[in-house]
Amino acid sequence: MSQIPPLFKREFLGYFRSPVAYVFLVVFLMASVGCAFFLGGFFRNEIAGLDSYFQFLPWLFIPFISAVGMRLWSEEKRAGTIELLFTLPVTTLEAVLGKFLAAWAFLCLAILLSFPMVLTVAYLGDPDWGVLASSYLGSMLMAGGFLGVCSLTSAFTKNQVVSFVLSVFVCFLLVLLGWSVFTDFLGGYLALPAWLVDVVSNFSFKTHFDAFAKGIIDPKDVMFFLSLAGFCLFLNVLVLDR
Amino acid sequence: MIEVKGLVKDYGALRAVNGVSFTVRRGDVLGFLGPNGAGKSTTMKMITGFLRPTAGSALVNGHDVTAEPVVVKRLVGYLPENAPAYPEMTVGEFLGFIAEIRGFRTVELSRPRIEHVIDLCHLGPVRRQSIETLSKGYKQRVGFAQALLHDPPVLVLDEPTDGLDPNQKHEVRSIIKQMAAEKTVILSTHILEEVEAICTRVIIISRGQVVVDDTLDGLRARHAGARLDEIFRQLTQTDT
Repeated sequence: MSQIPPLFKREFLGYFRSPVAYVFLVVFLMASVGCAFFLGGFFRNEIAGLDSYFQFLPWLFIPFISAVGMRLWSEEKRAGTIELLFTLPVTTLEAVLGKFLAAWAFLCLAILLSFPMVLTVAYLGDPDWGVLASSYLGSMLMAGGFLGVCSLTSAFTKNQVVSFVLSVFVCFLLVLLGWSVFTDFLGGYLALPAWLVDVVSNFSFKTHFDAFAKGIIDPKDVMFFLSLAGFCLFLNVLVLDR
Repeated sequence: MIEVKGLVKDYGALRAVNGVSFTVRRGDVLGFLGPNGAGKSTTMKMITGFLRPTAGSALVNGHDVTAEPVVVKRLVGYLPENAPAYPEMTVGEFLGFIAEIRGFRTVELSRPRIEHVIDLCHLGPVRRQSIETLSKGYKQRVGFAQALLHDPPVLVLDEPTDGLDPNQKHEVRSIIKQMAAEKTVILSTHILEEVEAICTRVIIISRGQVVVDDTLDGLRARHAGARLDEIFRQLTQTDT
């Protein structure tokens, strides 16, 4: 595991050596904050909270995290640098973790850069700091779950477009399963029993994230995101070791 | 020392390497020759632990690359074909990363190593330039510098002089020659004069199999009076 720090450093700084970081951060912030203002009615609600910001994150993460994840392995394969990387004294697990953690840290940075929103609600009202903290924690854990999926799909192909489309598709399914419109459809129109609908929605990012957004930190939800990311990374190692 | 025993690699139905065996001792510079697609690069990728052999084994200083890949990777300096490197990094940043991964974690440890290879490979003028902006010759030398950085006992070089101009070729050859005495070196090449200039031994590989494993003099003696390129053509013409 001692090789993770140099890999992490190279990968994390790599975002800032190319336009990737700047384009991503600016567009992501415009999109997420824009959703909070124009779709979520941030001011209109007159509530000192960031619900209007967080409720759109699961949907925004679908394209944005797929965009960060698609390059993780596809780019190494295309550029041939994967041959360099895997003839350096690193294990596959170290390489997978180093890259994953760097990308995750980058996503956490993108999420935390919404801090002016926090300052705004603190200035205008008296927000519930516990809910804000748990929402941020939940967003970061959820980003880890998304990223695990995207890192895995990226390892399958050297084509970044294929990797992106696959990631978007899988992540979309994983959000959809917990979307109230979809679960209502399953329970109402298809008349599936409630326990089955619960099982299905339990596989969704959204179901587990919604608890955080309400201010509830349930170990079950924490475990969901961590184990999903862990399982995907385990498969990721297997795919690369083939 | 490198010992390769019965190495086989299949890509689906295609057998790229078919039972290659040879030994390279310390002080040897082995020239790995063969037409394109004969299996040279594939064999090198298996020795350096990038590809897993379908069968057979490769040992570097007594360590099996399948069983102890990280140990072998520490011992080997490898220049892959086309010298891949992270395009967005500058030469200095890239060599700094390689130094860290190679265990030179503090600036005091890594700086002398980096300065040494930058001098050796004449990378001084481009050290602050990003790798994607470099010419082919400079890129190739960055790859060479990366392979030499940790002063490895074993060097595996896949077409080290590819893309270099005649002066740079001469330079790289003399660097290899200088180091050869205390290292084990394998290099693949298409350039037969290169073999005559630096290699102590020659292996010619054709259709995934070793067809010649001999010293340069031994090879010449077997085909009295023939030039090396004639011998090469004779032995590998079944390929085309």
